[in-house]
Amino acid sequence: MKAKVGIIQFPGTNCEYDTQNAFAALGCETQILWHKEDTIPEGTDLLVVAGGFSYGDYLRSGAIAKMSPIMKAVKEYADNGGKVLGICNGFQVLTECGLLPGALKRNEGLHFISRHHYLKVASINNAFLNQCKVNDILNIPIAHHDGNFYIDAQGLSELYANDQVLLQYTDEQCNISNPNGSVDSIAGICNKTKNVFGLMPHPERAMESLLGSSDGRRMLEGFLSA
Amino acid sequence: MKAIVNVFLKNGVLDSQGKAVQHALSGHGFATVSDVRVGKQIIIEINETDAESAKTKVAQMCEDLLANTVIEDYEIEIQA
Repeated sequence: MKAKVGIIQFPGTNCEYDTQNAFAALGCETQILWHKEDTIPEGTDLLVVAGGFSYGDYLRSGAIAKMSPIMKAVKEYADNGGKVLGICNGFQVLTECGLLPGALKRNEGLHFISRHHYLKVASINNAFLNQCKVNDILNIPIAHHDGNFYIDAQGLSELYANDQVLLQYTDEQCNISNPNGSVDSIAGICNKTKNVFGLMPHPERAMESLLGSSDGRRMLEGFLSA
Repeated sequence: MKAIVNVFLKNGVLDSQGKAVQHALSGHGFATVSDVRVGKQIIIEINETDAESAKTKVAQMCEDLLANTVIEDYEIEIQA
């Protein structure tokens, strides 16, 4: 049976169709869910909060989106163990609404960064990166202004203690290389119960080697094997 | 009634914009500038008659939306 992937769309979301295309390429049934809906379709296997600029990033990235009707349903879905993935602006939305710890601040260098970046897989003990190996290097595009992951010292030690740090920015040789000032160069995390995932890089833009990298496939495929 | 809300990054959370402005001011010859913080001000008109009640509601707005208390602090001033 085809896995069912729901993709959340706010006004200003702009990666929903790339995300849909990526999961369709992996053989999934996909559905775009407008933010005014207040239920998640029965039988949804994965919810993706797609990237973009929800509400023009007004106030703070992801802040206004968290007030949308669908986010209540997303929280319920996650609280019942449903798998949720936030990519880029989706990661910001998930931290804003408290489904993921920490916050995403303005990049340290204050510039919008749009380029390919290498990532190191830090943990595979989860439903997301189980097709990867620890210290695998993935080449994935980043495109963000507010990707500077912040968490206080206690929160950071809890992340490590619970194996919640999933991805870190590196160079091709696996040395830490921090583009945006994130604490410990963190690019992606999950929640304590390991069913909510967030990352700033865009795996859905790395599905074809013709377009620079197909490493995103290995990441997204994890959800389909669990 | 009017509520003035000031939102700033918490002490200890690096304010990159503040630092950039500080460097620009120093470079422009304002040698006595020792620190700059950049935040935002939100002005809310609220139909309340009691200042305490207005402040309680605005504080709830800050907790729910106006500030991200993981990284930001807020101050509320109520004007009649």
